[in-house]
Amino acid sequence: MLSRVADSLYWMSRYIERAENNARIAEVNLQLLLDFANQQEGDPQQQWDPIISSLEENEFFASLYDRPDGRAAIDFITLQKENPNSICSCISLARENARTTREQISSEMWEQINRLYLFVTSDAAADLLRDSAYEFFRRIIAGSHLFQGITDATMNQGEGWDFIRIGKFIERADSTSRILDVKYHILLPSGESVGGNVDIIQWMAVLKSCSALEAYRKVYVDQVAPWKVAEFLIIDSEFPRSIRFCVESLDGALHRISGTGETDYSNEAERLSGRLRSDVVYITIGDIFKFGLHQYLETIQRRLVEINNAMHATYCART
Amino acid sequence: MPDFFRDYEVGGFYDEMFAAPGVVRPHYSKLLERFKQMEREEFDRKRSLAASTFLTQGITFTVYNDDQGTERIFPFDLIPRIIPAQEWETVERGLVQRITALNLFLHDIYHSQSILRDGVIPKNIIWEAVHFRPEFMHFDVPRNIYIHICGTDLIRDGDGNYLVLEDNARCPSGVSYVLENRQAMKRVFPTLLAQHRVRPVEDYSQELLNVLRYVAPEGKPDPTVVLLTPGVYNSAYFEHSFLARSMGIEIVEGRDLVARDGCVFMRTTKGEKAVDVIYRRINDDYLDPQVFRKDSGLGVPGLVKAYREGNVSLANAIGTGIADDKVVYHFVPKMIRYYLGEDPILPNVPTYLASEKSDFAYILEHIEELVVKAANESGGYGMLIGPQSTRAECDEFRERVRANPRDYVAQPVVPLSRAPSFCDDTAMEGRHVDLRPYILYGEKVTIVPGGLTRVALRRGSLVVNSSQGGGSKDTWILDQDEPPANGTTT
Repeated sequence: MLSRVADSLYWMSRYIERAENNARIAEVNLQLLLDFANQQEGDPQQQWDPIISSLEENEFFASLYDRPDGRAAIDFITLQKENPNSICSCISLARENARTTREQISSEMWEQINRLYLFVTSDAAADLLRDSAYEFFRRIIAGSHLFQGITDATMNQGEGWDFIRIGKFIERADSTSRILDVKYHILLPSGESVGGNVDIIQWMAVLKSCSALEAYRKVYVDQVAPWKVAEFLIIDSEFPRSIRFCVESLDGALHRISGTGETDYSNEAERLSGRLRSDVVYITIGDIFKFGLHQYLETIQRRLVEINNAMHATYCART
Repeated sequence: MPDFFRDYEVGGFYDEMFAAPGVVRPHYSKLLERFKQMEREEFDRKRSLAASTFLTQGITFTVYNDDQGTERIFPFDLIPRIIPAQEWETVERGLVQRITALNLFLHDIYHSQSILRDGVIPKNIIWEAVHFRPEFMHFDVPRNIYIHICGTDLIRDGDGNYLVLEDNARCPSGVSYVLENRQAMKRVFPTLLAQHRVRPVEDYSQELLNVLRYVAPEGKPDPTVVLLTPGVYNSAYFEHSFLARSMGIEIVEGRDLVARDGCVFMRTTKGEKAVDVIYRRINDDYLDPQVFRKDSGLGVPGLVKAYREGNVSLANAIGTGIADDKVVYHFVPKMIRYYLGEDPILPNVPTYLASEKSDFAYILEHIEELVVKAANESGGYGMLIGPQSTRAECDEFRERVRANPRDYVAQPVVPLSRAPSFCDDTAMEGRHVDLRPYILYGEKVTIVPGGLTRVALRRGSLVVNSSQGGGSKDTWILDQDEPPANGTTT
């Protein structure tokens, strides 16, 4: 496969996954706002700060809007073309990458990505967002799921498909770590204690934004507790959005591309992903909290960047 | 029941569907019957079905210098253009004859130049042509084929005679629309298509791949074929990717290729891989900055060296532009007589060469009645349609012709035939059409039945180019003219 094409498939997949995750985060936050609409004193905008912070975009956000309120935050995340990570920008970029790889992906994949693009750039999208932001986010998430399902059902599961998987799982692992980190940025209202009512509702929101609440309930029958949520989202081996699951999947895809056994490595990307894999497989939640949850999640994010760079150097860099 | 064709006007032109007002041509009678049974609502449903098909599939082309966003759908008209079997048979013979002569001409021009020595074509016309590549004199191309893919524009005059308007012997585009238009028609009018026994076009990609494999360097039984595109911002990118996809070959940009030691490789995730045949959709000028335009970032430095050494084949060959020069065009009928000893089956449009003294005076005097064309432009650019232009525009072209006579030719305005098209969301009206069949030259000459019928959707317009407000129709070549009698079994 052409190096340029591998690179484009990877980014097409990352951008679609990123659009979906942004929709997830925004949707859950919207729910939280409604839950606390009556209790929250002061500025509801506060509720959007953690989201913007977790995307590491505070200054950029402030520079775009005169009134950085909730409405502005939603616009920033969804349709703002200036924001290269808005849902609209992500889908446009995914489509640009798909356009240059059309002979590699199936027609059905292209049509789905194109439909999503036509929707998100239409007036209908802006109208829907205004009338029911919830519906808008559901539609983006479903659009991404449809794309991923079509990919698995129609594309040859060879090298190109593996690059798509690497993009998807790197992005998803990064996103799950950021969603978990959102909770770190959320301040409890005054008078509320850790482990109290509001705290638990917020942790449930974290699970919901990963479509993880129901799965979590099946594993942990009793109450939602912070360390259990973190444990589930980081080291559960079966949940498809947990960091461990994502790292195992991307490590497997990397090894399939080179044909190297999963206990060995043939390039820097595989060495790094294998190392991260054994780390998330063998670590305990106790170790993580001792290290510091926020610090641990930042380490994960940094190591995912390193894998991305090494993979790019191995397969996509031009001589 | 609305009669879509009740108020249809033939308007003094040759009409593809009606011999006279209300008198349908036999090969269009089934279509007319079908439309008589169609409600306006059904027709609108079909139109929106077709439009949404094109949009979701992203079948678009790029318009340069357009603020409206760069991608547009190529307007598609639902009324097919139907050509009877007999008529097509003649056209086909004419096209085979023409491409054969053009290839012989190119071989001659780049070797012994007997056609110049024998005075059939004046020497200076070749030597002054922009697209003549003297660097390639005495270079032997694989299998002696220069034009592997040719798009020849045909028009019909007031009496319905087919005439050749121009040959596109470099990188003709549009064939993807032929295939996509047919796909759309299959969805929209499945029964109608079957009833007409329309000849299929779907094997174009396979035939094209056969041609490309046929011209591979010797000793390559299983050659690696790629399509070289200028990139995603090129107006025909959709077509490039469509063709690569349907042939199952890689689509590459210049930056994906590297030439070394007289060979060409593509950069892949598994290292460099040798390339044997390049279907290039980049003009000569941009192919190789070491040989042609130094500022080209689209090409591959060293590509021409590999081509010269015979390690990589190019389709079309370098230097074919001399064959579709608009001045050289004038001489194609003479070429046919010279090389083949035959009379041309498809005549040219009469052409005046500004470089000839008597023609020069005639052009300047009659510019208001003529179509003036720059010899080396395409896509409807650099053209004057005298009767539809202002005095100032005509004067401007007079100046241009005076300054560079070799660069201009002129032709009488041909009243192009018209075909019914659904216009402005309201009614069927006659619109001017042309026809671009695609000719493939490999082990044998193959012509996909039909081609791209382009239609000038603006009322009165004679310019069918997509960049100038043109659209297209599906072209139906009938398998046989008389339907089989009742009771015959197949």
